[in-house]
Amino acid sequence: MDELKLSEIREEIQKDRRAFIKNVLGGTIAGSLLMVIPAGAMEFPEQIPGMQDETGIFITRKKFAFIVDITRCIGCGSCCVADKNEYKVPEGNYRTWVERYIIDDHDNVFVDAPNGGLDGYTEPREDVPNPVRDTFFVPKLCNMCEKPSCVQVCPVGATFQTEDGFVLVDDKRCVACSYCVQACPYSVRFINPVTKTADKCTWCYHRVRKGLLPACVNVCPTHARKFGDLNDKKSEIYKIMRLPHIISVLKHGMGNKPSLHYLGLRREVV
Amino acid sequence: MQGVAETATAVAGYAFPNDFHVHWSLMIVLYPYITGIVAGAFIVSSLYHVFHIQALKPIARFSLLFALAFLACATLPLLNHLGHPERAMNMFLTPNPSSAMAGFGYIYTAYGIVLILEILFIYRETLVKLKDQASGFMKNVYGVLSMGSDNIGARALALDHKVIGFLAAIGIPMACILHGYVGFIFGGVKANSLWATPLMPVIFLLSACVSGIAGIIVTYLIIKPRAADSECIRSCIKFLWGFFILDFVFEMLEIGMHAYLSTHHWHALHELFWGPLYQSYWIYQVLIFSVIPFFILMGLSLIRFNDFIVKLFGFIASAMILFQVLLMRWNVVIGGQLMSKSEQGVVSFHPEWIAKEGIIPAIIIMVLPLIILFILSKVFPFWLPAESESSSSK
Repeated sequence: MDELKLSEIREEIQKDRRAFIKNVLGGTIAGSLLMVIPAGAMEFPEQIPGMQDETGIFITRKKFAFIVDITRCIGCGSCCVADKNEYKVPEGNYRTWVERYIIDDHDNVFVDAPNGGLDGYTEPREDVPNPVRDTFFVPKLCNMCEKPSCVQVCPVGATFQTEDGFVLVDDKRCVACSYCVQACPYSVRFINPVTKTADKCTWCYHRVRKGLLPACVNVCPTHARKFGDLNDKKSEIYKIMRLPHIISVLKHGMGNKPSLHYLGLRREVV
Repeated sequence: MQGVAETATAVAGYAFPNDFHVHWSLMIVLYPYITGIVAGAFIVSSLYHVFHIQALKPIARFSLLFALAFLACATLPLLNHLGHPERAMNMFLTPNPSSAMAGFGYIYTAYGIVLILEILFIYRETLVKLKDQASGFMKNVYGVLSMGSDNIGARALALDHKVIGFLAAIGIPMACILHGYVGFIFGGVKANSLWATPLMPVIFLLSACVSGIAGIIVTYLIIKPRAADSECIRSCIKFLWGFFILDFVFEMLEIGMHAYLSTHHWHALHELFWGPLYQSYWIYQVLIFSVIPFFILMGLSLIRFNDFIVKLFGFIASAMILFQVLLMRWNVVIGGQLMSKSEQGVVSFHPEWIAKEGIIPAIIIMVLPLIILFILSKVFPFWLPAESESSSSK
């Protein structure tokens, strides 16, 4: 009985050895192949699962949403710096910015965003006369409206909505009439003084297409900016949007249906 | 500055960081001003050609040419404003049907065609006669302008008058659309509390009529200070007063409604009207340039003064009203942008003299129509008693 068992064990070990050698050889071959075949799809680590399988012109299987958690934002300005670096945004114009809200014990609300929060809020505001009751930061960016006013008013169709829900600007068509700048309820648009065309936050469409997170989301140290696919039930975005949370959008009454949501949005926020 | 957007300065509260730019500056103030003058001048002509107000006969032709001179310059401020004027034709070629602005090219062109045709038909008889008297280059010019037809027989002229009546009749709604539409461009911006009111096209249209009539009175009196027909001036003044009553009352009703409704929009507008717009709106537009001409026009309309007084004060009131309408355009176009969409803060704005969209280019654009009018006067005689007699008989 014991002998039999022992021989069986030996056999198993032999098998394993063979399998092990097979695996090593196979792996080596596969590894060598990886070295000679250009690994385009593997160039970036995929931050948005499944994006590298999207080969069509538009992203069809995903529904993106952006969530800003204002209870997490510390006003460091990293997102603004990342954005400025990503797009070389000219001075005095802002694709994204961070607002500082201070509420004193007389319920006065003080809001500011010096230089769009680009330098970070390192100094306390000096001109608040009463003791501060509450303070928080609110990052702002394109709301990617489902019913965008900018697209409605653009006379030449240079501002358009892609089938995957992104609102983008074709700077080869834009005449810079500024109608979209006037029409945006959130003031996220500007006329880029370099290109002389309308410009705004794109939620880093070029990065998202490659499976990367928007630059601002990528650098946020407190994870206050979140981006993801509402169709992906494993995504944090899905979990926040589908489970009970205090969540809202800016200027709900405008009827633009933003895809940018705010977690813990306060009524003082403009 | 390169005119992409002029930068305003913060006055109070919190303005969104991108709201420090006034993207629609002087050029976009001039655009509705010029198209308003065009529409208003056309209405003057139509009051005679369609509604047969005989007293306006002396200026019926002049007002059409006046409208044409300004229409020719209506696109200049727009082209100067665009960041990429070379792409302006895209609005024609690839218009976005949901954009209020995309219709401009079509409305403008259609109206221009009607206006030019009406002028050519009204002047055809005169042009044929001038062609016979002229020689060389001018003979060819008159030949082309009279559309190659020498026939000024009774039947041909009767047909002309039918065409004129038809063109003037369709011209009225088109002139109203041209300017009501400009009001729509502003009124359709829901993000802007000052602009987003259904009254905007109405106010724009009424102020257009007012500025057109006032513009006609002023230029008529400058060109013919003594010989101007005083009955015509009296009649113009009455129409001016009538339209101005409607215009001014609607302007006041609009702000009164906002104040009475007192929604959150009013709180933002309140900051604006009692902040950066206080002087240009309350003091200049309302108090000085509306109330004073209102009473002058009322006096001139209700009391029969001698011709000199009528002409002098008619001129003063009309010039003031021209300025009132310009101020109204300023307060609407610039004013709407001085209020940040945060609705928590206002900014102030002062135009530069020398800039792409500065004061000097604005003056040049406003002088150009007058130069064009002068050139037109060399081809189309403004005042020809015999001719206007015959074209008026229908």
